[in-house]
Amino acid sequence: MPEQQDDILEQITTSEYKYGFVTNIEADEAPKGLSEDTIRFISAKKNEPSWMLEYRLKAFQHWQKMEEPNWANVNYPKINFQDIIYYSAPKQKVAPKSLDEIDPELRNTFEKLGISLNEQKRLTGVAVDAVMDSISVATTFKEELSKVGVIFCSMSEAIQEHPELIKKYLGSVVPATDNYFTALNSAVFSDGSFCYIPKGVRCPMELSTYFRINAKNTGQFERTLIVAEEESYVSYLEGCTAPMRDENQLHAAVVELIAKEKAEIKYSTVQNWYPGDKEGKGGIYNFVTKRGICAGDHSKISWTQVETGSSVTWKYPSVILKGDYSIGEFYSVAVTNNLQQADTGTKMIHLGKNTRSRIVSKGISAGKSNNSYRGLVNVAKNASNARNFSQCDSLLLGDKCGAHTFPYIEVKNNTAIVEHEATTSKIGEDQIFYCNQRGMDTETAVALIINGFAKEVMNQLPMEFAVEAQKLLAISLEGSVG
Amino acid sequence: MLKIENLQARIEEKEILKGINLDIKPGEVHAIMGPNGSGKSTLASVLAGREDYEVTGGSVDFLGKDLLELSPEDRAKEGLFLAFQYPVEIPGVSTTNFMKTALNEKRKYQGLDPLDAAQFLKLMKEKMKLVQIDQALLSRSLNEGFSGGEKKRNEIFQMAMLEPKLAILDETDSGLDIDALRIVANGVNQLRSKDNAFLVVTHYQRLLEYIVPDYVHVLYKGRIVKSGTKELALELEERGYDFIKEEVDQAIA
Repeated sequence: MPEQQDDILEQITTSEYKYGFVTNIEADEAPKGLSEDTIRFISAKKNEPSWMLEYRLKAFQHWQKMEEPNWANVNYPKINFQDIIYYSAPKQKVAPKSLDEIDPELRNTFEKLGISLNEQKRLTGVAVDAVMDSISVATTFKEELSKVGVIFCSMSEAIQEHPELIKKYLGSVVPATDNYFTALNSAVFSDGSFCYIPKGVRCPMELSTYFRINAKNTGQFERTLIVAEEESYVSYLEGCTAPMRDENQLHAAVVELIAKEKAEIKYSTVQNWYPGDKEGKGGIYNFVTKRGICAGDHSKISWTQVETGSSVTWKYPSVILKGDYSIGEFYSVAVTNNLQQADTGTKMIHLGKNTRSRIVSKGISAGKSNNSYRGLVNVAKNASNARNFSQCDSLLLGDKCGAHTFPYIEVKNNTAIVEHEATTSKIGEDQIFYCNQRGMDTETAVALIINGFAKEVMNQLPMEFAVEAQKLLAISLEGSVG
Repeated sequence: MLKIENLQARIEEKEILKGINLDIKPGEVHAIMGPNGSGKSTLASVLAGREDYEVTGGSVDFLGKDLLELSPEDRAKEGLFLAFQYPVEIPGVSTTNFMKTALNEKRKYQGLDPLDAAQFLKLMKEKMKLVQIDQALLSRSLNEGFSGGEKKRNEIFQMAMLEPKLAILDETDSGLDIDALRIVANGVNQLRSKDNAFLVVTHYQRLLEYIVPDYVHVLYKGRIVKSGTKELALELEERGYDFIKEEVDQAIA
């Protein structure tokens, strides 16, 4: 058995990344490197108001005084921030006035990724904001959404069209000074998505942003900001891919969610950045800060993530439970293979009374990868009757990978009930043989077992994406049996 | 259908099967009986292709193919089914989902289109009746928290779904109360036809009251030491395995 398992492991770890192609399109780029000039360049390109430029410059000044963090359980060579292109926009001959005028090359790129920018072709109720490198190239269903008052547009457009909202909310959950990468992002972010759901509105379709890194040597720094007014509801999904390149590329995003009284935001991520090759060459450094605030009573924020890509992942989607009776949830499946490293988890900060949080984390490690769960449950002094339940399960495929769990619990109110459960298991030979005996080859068996392991999280995904995500899990682990 | 000649197998350094000969024709039910440790379950596992065992000699022909050359999954897709003595738990995977995957893998192998949801459900409903299994159980994680009886019924349900040519029942009666035993046996009997065959591995004669075999073989110390009809099973029930052990051990001495 061990010998055959090695073979299978070998096969799995050589599975191909499906989205590694490059689109040949002329780009409008900033010169390499980072200085105040770079920031002025980006701001000018976007024709930004002066308050935005000032926000950026302040963040930059702060960033210069900061040190790159090194507490995460990941290793990577020091990033040379002067060796990155901070702005790269695919050139379109004419500024498209409607979706029909989008450069066919861009349209094809997204078609190839399975994202249709053609509203007529809509099969499912999903509106898409498509972001390539530093800019949003298209947003679908804007008109239909605006009929119910929902604003869904690129961040650049939001800065122009809705400056009051941006001024009020940008940086309100994740301040520029929060950490090294948020300061960097606040200085150089070039686009992203903005969603605003007015009071009492249940957003009639899923909103989604698809992030694509295409150009060489660039970094992608996007902002996502979602504001759900009282008694509103929105389900949002993001997906991401990048070409296969030998050099590492940096993706440092900031996502902020604000849920007012009785509002609910459901945020799902299917992260499939290029993970690097078998030897660990290339791949995306995914250093992302995501945080939501349940600002109003009875509000709810739910994060669901399926993380299969990136060479290094560093991200902790968190919820600040400020409103009384508010609810925070975090459902995560993180898969690492080959030499991938992931340090991911969540923070649940209980400030309000009777707040509840739930954490379900499923880590799957294969190859020589390392997969860490890092989570904090914090119950403040006044947060009486706070409840948390955390479950962290790790599944190991093979004997060269690692699974680590770093749960932190800080409770300052003695009415709190905090529960933590953790398991670590391996896929059993018996399980595989049982599947084999029913006619499944080992890869199919592993995919089935993995999907079973991750089911609780997968069930949280919107229907339209669940099937895709299941396939993605199978592909990421093709062949890795232990 | 299945022709086993001089089959020998070992696990690590221990020789367990020391030359098995067995010929099973379509429509037949063969029972393999024997005391604990005689090699009954090993035979079932070797036929299914479990890799813990090393085949050191002999041959097995299954429907004209060299069975020992086939991977476990191809053996299954060629129509060999093993009802496990200890069915394995797979958390988060329902029996329904498991069977859908298995059945469609088999259909793919046969060059058939996968069944769509409606067709699959129809087939499932039909087969559920055979073993009196209800849908709620099939929606739960496979074998997780199932009682002994539920696990075995679930095995027979899977067998019914996959319609194998040759089904090997490995101690399917162990851990069953009399009602569950009847249900399981009844399911098997309804699946018997002139085209398929069964190899029933059991320690006790009890199961054979319900699944009546055409032939009974006694396995002892890795060899079939006695073959006969169902009367042999009754004799064993009456006299225990000791008389056979004595016969064999004397012959060796």
